[in-house]
Amino acid sequence: MMTSGMSPAAQAQTMLLFQGIGGALLVASLAGFALKLKVGLATAHPVIDNLNSRIKAWWAMVAVIGLSFVFGAAGVIVLFFLISFFALREFITLTPTRAGDYHALAASFYLALPLQYLLIWFDWYGLYSIFIPVYGFLVLAILATAGGETARFLERAAKVQWGLMICVYCISHVPALLTLPIPGYEGRNLLLIAFLVIVVQSSDVLQYVWGKLLGRHKIAPQLSPSKTVEGFVGGVASATALGAALWWVTPFAPWQAALMALAINLMGFLGGLVMSAIKRDRGVKDWGQMIEGHGGMLDRLDSVCFAAPIFFHLTRYWWVP
Amino acid sequence: MVEHLLASAISAVARALTGARALWRGCAPQPVQRVYFGNHSSHADFVLIWSSLPPDLRRQTRPVAGADYWDRGGLRGYIIHRVFRGVLVERERREGGADPIATMVGALDEGASLIVFPEGTRNLQDGLLPFKSGIFRLAQARPAVEFVPVWLDNLKRVMPKGKLLPLPILCTVSFGAPIRLADGESREAFLARTRAALLGLAPQESGS
Repeated sequence: MMTSGMSPAAQAQTMLLFQGIGGALLVASLAGFALKLKVGLATAHPVIDNLNSRIKAWWAMVAVIGLSFVFGAAGVIVLFFLISFFALREFITLTPTRAGDYHALAASFYLALPLQYLLIWFDWYGLYSIFIPVYGFLVLAILATAGGETARFLERAAKVQWGLMICVYCISHVPALLTLPIPGYEGRNLLLIAFLVIVVQSSDVLQYVWGKLLGRHKIAPQLSPSKTVEGFVGGVASATALGAALWWVTPFAPWQAALMALAINLMGFLGGLVMSAIKRDRGVKDWGQMIEGHGGMLDRLDSVCFAAPIFFHLTRYWWVP
Repeated sequence: MVEHLLASAISAVARALTGARALWRGCAPQPVQRVYFGNHSSHADFVLIWSSLPPDLRRQTRPVAGADYWDRGGLRGYIIHRVFRGVLVERERREGGADPIATMVGALDEGASLIVFPEGTRNLQDGLLPFKSGIFRLAQARPAVEFVPVWLDNLKRVMPKGKLLPLPILCTVSFGAPIRLADGESREAFLARTRAALLGLAPQESGS
């Protein structure tokens, strides 16, 4: 079982990180307010108003993550358990299922989701890394036959399997970073989570900013009409630079931190495209309405889903003996 | 008092489980006397509509429920009578039984708003069953009352028929524009108009 003990040095670094994030958000809030003043406080301006509600939601999200860090491993595991729950609920809500899927869905929500996080709490790598892809994959297919319904069987079974893989398995690799025994990095694993989340989220934000400032050429008009080549290049490059600059909170050397951040950013970007393809197929722009200005939980998390497992395994492969 | 707390607790659970969002698309939640009519797919339907109303409107709004299912004493009877102050009606007219329309009109005359399900029975398919004529007779008896269509989306997936454990799938509750019986409007025309208004609130590919 994991303990939440963080070394004093790690605590000091965490404080420094949060102060940096707070400073960045403060600058963003002031800039947003200045923009709003320029167009007039009473005048509605879709882009600026959306920007401001996004910044406000960022404050709330940083506060929630900060609070979970206070409670250490338990806090982070509970937080990501809840995030997985909200994400899975959005995913299943948007992908139509039929009456015959009841058992598979009940098993996903009430068994697979809590079990996956329990396994991470108990630090059972051998099981949590295969629990959903092996046991979940097979058992869900078996449960899908329970209703006796054969119409669109493969499609139906795959929807539930996808929901569980993306929303539970992939997201659970964020708190799973706590279980990695990296020599010389003991008691600091929370910072690995901070690194991943800061890099992947700043990549989203910077892509948005670069795209709004310089965006000319659409990069994937069919999948995500707002994404541009300029936003992609500028966002990934600057978020990679930010990741390199954060090397001091990681077990990586600066050049390694840069490569890790690059891998995170590319996976995050491509994950955003995949999730966007699903949304577009379902005819919606957002996964939900949970977070003001951002859409649903999955809209904020889509890049994390794809980046987290890769970051986890790259780190595990090279840094865990 | 206990009933009041229970009602708040039940609606809090219902809203947390379904993440229900109330969308006031055709009217605002105002304290005027209304008959909310919704699509019917589970026994929890009226709880969700009731929970979607602001607290001050909830107190004046009473669900109309089938006596054959609800009036069996015990917990079920307690919940429908004391907690939700339901208006119980006989769905099958029997000799000497109370006229369901008269019962509903009585509740309206006491100042209550009502929640009704004009399909008459739970619909396990997509879309809407034909409406029973009760809603027309109610409108005839009290033509000043507003009839507000309420589309419950996804609740069927939360509580499939015959299952005990609900699934935490997101639901929406859409309130449409109020309808009143027009002068000389026929039964068929009114039923068709109210049904079309309710269907018009359904998402394009609901449950496909």
